[in-house]
Amino acid sequence: MTAQSGTAQASENTPQDNVVADLPTEKIAMKGVYKAFGNNHVLQGADLVVPKGKSLVVIGGSGTGKSVMLKCILGLLHPDSGSIKIDGQETADLSTQDRDDLMRKFGMLFQGAALFDSLKIWENVAFGLVQGRGMKKKQAREIAVEKIRAVGLRAEVADLYPAELSGGMQKRVGLARAVAADPEIIFFDEPTTGLDPIMADVINDLIVEQVKGLGATALSITHDMASARKIADHVAMIYEGRIIWHGSVEELDNSGNPYVDQFIHGRADGPITSGQVR
Amino acid sequence: MQAASQTLETKKSGFNPLTPLLDVCTVLGSGILSFLEATGRLAAFTGQAVGHCFAPRFFPAQIARQLIDIGYYSLPVVGMTALFTGMVLALQSYTGFTRFNAESAIAGVVVLSITRELSPVLAGLMVAGRVGAAIAAEIGTMRVTEQIDALRTLSVNPFKYLIAPRVIAGTLMLPILVLTGDIIGVMGGYIVSIYNLGFSPVSYLSQTWDVMQNIDVVSGLAKAGVFGFIVAIMGCYHGFNSKRGAQGVGSATTNAVVSASILILIFNYLLTQIFFS
Ligand SMILES: Nc1ncnc2c1ncn2[C@@H]1O[C@H](COP(=O)(O)OP(=O)(O)OP(=O)(O)O)[C@@H](O)[C@H]1O
Ligand SMILES: [Mg+2]
Repeated sequence: MTAQSGTAQASENTPQDNVVADLPTEKIAMKGVYKAFGNNHVLQGADLVVPKGKSLVVIGGSGTGKSVMLKCILGLLHPDSGSIKIDGQETADLSTQDRDDLMRKFGMLFQGAALFDSLKIWENVAFGLVQGRGMKKKQAREIAVEKIRAVGLRAEVADLYPAELSGGMQKRVGLARAVAADPEIIFFDEPTTGLDPIMADVINDLIVEQVKGLGATALSITHDMASARKIADHVAMIYEGRIIWHGSVEELDNSGNPYVDQFIHGRADGPITSGQVR
Repeated sequence: MQAASQTLETKKSGFNPLTPLLDVCTVLGSGILSFLEATGRLAAFTGQAVGHCFAPRFFPAQIARQLIDIGYYSLPVVGMTALFTGMVLALQSYTGFTRFNAESAIAGVVVLSITRELSPVLAGLMVAGRVGAAIAAEIGTMRVTEQIDALRTLSVNPFKYLIAPRVIAGTLMLPILVLTGDIIGVMGGYIVSIYNLGFSPVSYLSQTWDVMQNIDVVSGLAKAGVFGFIVAIMGCYHGFNSKRGAQGVGSATTNAVVSASILILIFNYLLTQIFFS
């Protein structure tokens, strides 16, 4: 089994399938998830629990399967085996319709922003509101412009197309789109990558506000330790397809785990060697 | 070392004369299996796509955009193709038919060839090149840049938003394009016959009218509907399953055009068989 190096948090939220009272506290519960692409065994029994209203940050080397893990939870990729529960409901065998309905709970910032390049910026941000929820365009535009401002962009950007924006600006639009509909669960795949330090902090504040202010549950991936410390309640580290450490953000610095220590201090020498990072 | 392994190999094959035969079977067998698998996947995709064309919810703005993209913007290509085909048809049949003193058959040959075969098939192939490629490239790019995943996270089913509008537009617009092509093609034949070959306009038109039957036009339009469906489905299928990277999108585009073109030719034969036998 996975070595979830003895933390209080992990035992507090052990999934108990038949205890209904436990369900609301566990927004996302992932157990023994395997996913391979041909011979590339990316996830090898990943376990992860995100409590309701908390922010979990996943850290880990490049190519260790962090993005794949998010996509498995969202149902964009189908795990080879294992269980993924959202609000206590098993998601593996949902019908297409139920899956579409479940998606309403989610907002996702993709690593590559994934903006719709045939649509204007404001239409991108308002997309979930207009197409997903049938809101009137005028009202949706107002919300979109407000969200565009919240991620530190000028309102004039609203009428441009994604191709006319820099990479960091696109990323922020992606973030605005992810939070536009105030979803219950938000996934941020490297929200601050490609941003300057000041803007990164603006984004950190925005994420904190979504979680603390609006009660959303957040699952983020980041390589930016400053950002991780600011936005995380809990931190999990993924290595070789498993979660090898899991604890609160305060425990991060004295985790006693050599992998975590090496990672957060960014040292080249340690148990993680560059050859092992796929 | 090398010599040793070589003798070992000759020994082996000398030992068992069935080995090469089995190899052939293995290659053939896995080829057939992967072909069947691909066919099955395409069939499942097609079934899903058609299902989403008829089940709400619909995206009228997307459908309208595709009707214009696929239909209206294909008009010049299809029109030019039909015009020159009709013209060359009149010219060719004239030079051929004077040998049998059968010049009077030209009007009939032009109208039958155009409505039954040339207009639907050539329009289908031109649209496969123009629209099929564009669909595969657009959807393939959306796939590799995760825009399709993004659609799903925003609670919009990509089959309803991307694929159904294209399939609907392809199936509806190609018959209209072909009908336009029919008219332009016959006009092309008329122009050459009158201004180049010296036919009388009245008798040319009355011959055209006498020869043409409803089934000629209707069968061509029915074919066109099928071809439009094929083009849209192949574009969507290959784009949707595009491999990652620019190369993936490139080969998705090529495959979409090639497979649509071949399927058009195959279905053209099958449909002709059904209509006229
Ligand atoms: N759709 C896919 N098809 C094939 N292989 C994939 C696919 N998606 C991801 N992979 C592979 O899975 C592995 C993990 O990829 P993933 O994107 O999850 O890494 P990551 O942890 O997010 O890395 P980074 O921090 O660089 O974003 C990589 O080896 C990648 O090549
Ligand atoms: Mg990633």
